[in-house]
Amino acid sequence: MLDFFLGHYAYWFTIILLSIGLYGILFKKNLIKKTIGLAILQISVVMYFVSIASKWDATVTVLNPDFPVDQVANYLNPLPHTLMLTAIVVGVATLGVAFTLLIAIYNRFETLDEEELIEKIQ
Amino acid sequence: MDLTLIPLLAVLVSLVAVVPIMLSSSRPNLREFWTILAAVIKFGLVLLLLPGALEGNSVEIHLVDLAPGLPLALKADPLGVFFAVIASGLWIFTSFYSIGYVRGAGEHKQTRYFASFAVCLSATIGIAFSANLITFILFYEMLTVATYPLVIHNEKKEAVDAGRKYLAFTLTAGLLLVAASALVYHYTGTIDFAPGGVFGDVTLPHNTMLILFILFLGAVGVKAGIMPLQSWLPAAMAAPTPVSALLHAVAVVKSGVFAVTRVVGYVFGVDVMGDYGLNDILIVLAGFTIIVASLIAFNQDNLKRRLAYSTVGHLSYIVLGVALLTPTGITGGIMHIAAHATMKITLFFCAGAIYVNLHRTEISNLDGIAKVMPWTMGAFVIGSMGLAGIPPINGFFSKWNLALGALEGDMILPVVVLVVSGMLNVGYFFPILYRAYFKPGIGLEKYGEASPLMVVPIVITAALSVLFGLFPNLFFGFFDLAVDISTSLFNSGSP
Amino acid sequence: MIESHLPAYIALTFVLFSVLIPVFGLWKSELSQPLAVLGAGIAAGFSLFGFFDVINDGAIRYYFGGWEPPVGIEFVYDGLSAFFVLVINAVAFFVLIHSHHISKREFPGKEMPYYSLAMLMLLGFNGMILTGDLFNLYVFLEIASLAGYALIAIGDKPAPYAAFRYLIIGTAGGTLYLLGVGYMYTVTGTLNIIDMAAMLPMLYESNAVFAALILMIVGIGVKAALFPMHGWLPDSYTYASSSSTALVAPIGTKVAAYILFRIILWLFGIEITDAVAPISYIVGVLACIGILYGSIMAIAQSEMKRMLAYSSVSQIGYIIMGLSLANPWGFAGALLHVLNHAVMKACLFMISGQLRLKEGHSDMSRFDDSYRKKYPWTMASFTIAAISMIGLPPLAGFFSKWYLVLETIDNSNWLFLVVILISSLLNAVYFFRVLEKVYMMDPSKGQKKPKDGEYSEPKASMMIPTSILAISLIVIGFANALIVGVLLNIFPF
Repeated sequence: MLDFFLGHYAYWFTIILLSIGLYGILFKKNLIKKTIGLAILQISVVMYFVSIASKWDATVTVLNPDFPVDQVANYLNPLPHTLMLTAIVVGVATLGVAFTLLIAIYNRFETLDEEELIEKIQ
Repeated sequence: MDLTLIPLLAVLVSLVAVVPIMLSSSRPNLREFWTILAAVIKFGLVLLLLPGALEGNSVEIHLVDLAPGLPLALKADPLGVFFAVIASGLWIFTSFYSIGYVRGAGEHKQTRYFASFAVCLSATIGIAFSANLITFILFYEMLTVATYPLVIHNEKKEAVDAGRKYLAFTLTAGLLLVAASALVYHYTGTIDFAPGGVFGDVTLPHNTMLILFILFLGAVGVKAGIMPLQSWLPAAMAAPTPVSALLHAVAVVKSGVFAVTRVVGYVFGVDVMGDYGLNDILIVLAGFTIIVASLIAFNQDNLKRRLAYSTVGHLSYIVLGVALLTPTGITGGIMHIAAHATMKITLFFCAGAIYVNLHRTEISNLDGIAKVMPWTMGAFVIGSMGLAGIPPINGFFSKWNLALGALEGDMILPVVVLVVSGMLNVGYFFPILYRAYFKPGIGLEKYGEASPLMVVPIVITAALSVLFGLFPNLFFGFFDLAVDISTSLFNSGSP
Repeated sequence: MIESHLPAYIALTFVLFSVLIPVFGLWKSELSQPLAVLGAGIAAGFSLFGFFDVINDGAIRYYFGGWEPPVGIEFVYDGLSAFFVLVINAVAFFVLIHSHHISKREFPGKEMPYYSLAMLMLLGFNGMILTGDLFNLYVFLEIASLAGYALIAIGDKPAPYAAFRYLIIGTAGGTLYLLGVGYMYTVTGTLNIIDMAAMLPMLYESNAVFAALILMIVGIGVKAALFPMHGWLPDSYTYASSSSTALVAPIGTKVAAYILFRIILWLFGIEITDAVAPISYIVGVLACIGILYGSIMAIAQSEMKRMLAYSSVSQIGYIIMGLSLANPWGFAGALLHVLNHAVMKACLFMISGQLRLKEGHSDMSRFDDSYRKKYPWTMASFTIAAISMIGLPPLAGFFSKWYLVLETIDNSNWLFLVVILISSLLNAVYFFRVLEKVYMMDPSKGQKKPKDGEYSEPKASMMIPTSILAISLIVIGFANALIVGVLLNIFPF
């Protein structure tokens, strides 16, 4: 049982982060906090991808005489990490758009609190 | 002569006429000329199909595949031609009458009126000539949509409410029809109308067949005014009278009973109906409707509403005749389509003439009007007595066949229903005649007969009713045609 | 050899024009809209050409840089993607033509960024449809979404807030999808859809696959506005500028529906989808609830755009329902409905834009009989589209419902059958309500009664696209046997 928890600690970490992110998105009233929740959610998935490709005692995928090529296990899989570079860029762009929208909202309604906003819109 | 295109042209002619009608909206005379031209052409085209139909032939035309295996196809078989002749023939009278009516009553938006009217007629002829269920659905829905502007024509709140009610009933019915057709397609792999039904060797569990039949009944029963689906019909009397006359005596409700005939004879088939005991449901419902509608008619003071309930009752005569599943009964039912059409259109025309001329709609206000409108009321007498089943008017003839048909099937109850309802008919029409002829009128001095554009159609339709009663085969061999249709249902019914 | 490069050309057209528009737009702002129309037109032309090519000669797999998968990234241009690309590019082409005057009125001076974003969004949508790689799909999804958020934020005063909500929920959906992709990558070691599909039968009843499936359906379901993940849609469509709505509404949810098709029918296959739990049925039931919910909410609205938005929630349900039936006719019905609904909704939203432009509002409670006289052709188009939405023959909308009805009967799925029928009635309620007002209701007192023949139709650049879409509904209705014949060949099993 303990093994089940400890052996998958990276996954548990991801799940906790994911839950925090979802909590922020769903329950926080302040739009900035919602955005922070969104960022945490995205990072949790990034962490998941990073964790599945990490490997002890292995090296990056650059040809190294010390690590024979026929032993593939010596190299870690670079693909998830490169994918995550893209995902992080996408995340940053999303945050950028989110903050732009927040500025527009603040300029128009002078508040970022969801309840006040809904009141002002109606 | 190649007749293949005739059914298509007959459907299209009034649809095409919509364009010139709309374009000449600022010139009423030209606009009405188009209407009448289309009516006459349409009637002529339908008549061309009649000789073939009398020999039992069908003209079939396959247009496009609406869906794989489901063609848009028209087939002018004897039953379709029979119905088309009635509908297109009466359209000519209604067109003349409409001109007199809308001008006399100063109706607004006359262009919309005539355009919708033309579309309705296309849809009705389309229904008559549909070769399969999907084509039928298409025209059935088209009729619904095209009738709607007519029902709400005067745009008062009452009319708008009636329009909503009408849509609610007919659109629901349309959906049931879609569901029922899809089920038939699923079980039998065909949706083509065929004398004797589509089921052939397919046997279904009793309950499935029952559900299927009830779906169809809900679908076609609305337009046929079978109780408890009739309530839109009296409400729709808010429409102008020619609309009531044509649509609620000829086009819409007759499409409904026509659909019942199609469903009973050409989808289920006489054998299946009998084997599964489906006709019993129909007989009970029809008998109930006949009696109850006649009783309600007593209570109506508004002339058009009384006629509307009378219509509900008489539609069920036709349904009853078809449900008897005996050759004479079906003949009687089919004949009553024609008989009721000529008589009821006469009565509605009379009601409209009275309204336009005297602005009276309530029966209690009709005292003494026979003196100022002798021709109109004379026609009214013929129509109402015909509906009550008094010889020699054609209502008697079809009722006679209905009763014979019931006896042929060893059924007493339908005969009782027919007799009782005949008395009830006399009962609710007689007070109108009594008031019109024997009570002294008030304030009628300055009025005379209605405009000839209205009176002439009234007299002609009344005369037709009598002539058909005396000589059922005088025009177009109608009676022979009806007999042929009903025998064809029985002969090809046994596979 | 233009055929073999077609998939790339379609996407590259949008890349090219999203750059060209800022370049020319800085010089002359008026050039943006014609350039955008040109771009969408070229892409639509390629799509049309490619569609027939694929039907005749079979699918094209285009390897970028010549690297074969799983190493490289590929575009898969098969029947399904060719069909969707054709639909969305053709509809976008008409909507962009139509947006000329609206853009001048609703956001003057911002045409250049608007059209550049529109091109980016179309790039994203086309990329999502064409790509054969799950991660690549995520990237295109985010491109389309980010551009979409920006487009929706242009509009009424609350538009940025609606866009922000869409952003939060949409990005959360995208992230869940990415997590699902991560699971799939962990168990299969590939991201290529075709490769992965070949490996999945070995993982029958795997929990990881099941979890990934759920995550993907939820993630994409947000984008498709599948009930109960539709919350972002009504506000976004209502507050966004009329031209943005007309662009996003007919296309956006369809592309998400496409991904659901791709995932459930092509990647997982219906057997693996239903291996652990009857997912396809659950999705179907959700679609049913969405259909009814959307229709009922639409009845309660008085603002035309909001009504149409709720109606979209309902209509997307038909498409997803066809997917969940997972048999050839249901599939064909759903795809036909994709086409029908894209055309109908584009037409209706364009009309709401025209009314806003001419009347300053699209509040249905203020509609009256004068509209018929002022805008006879607009209202004729509206009538055709509305009747098609209700599903009366012979218009296009009837036939997609007809195929769905046939299939629910074949599956003995009476619940779905009843839902389809009831929802048609509800559609009739909210569309006939408008028609009744427009054709029958005399103007309320105080307004001047317009005379007959006093036309005030919008400009031809708006009327022509609207009319073409309305007429094409009739054409689709009569030609549907042809279309369905093609669609049936696309079905994977």
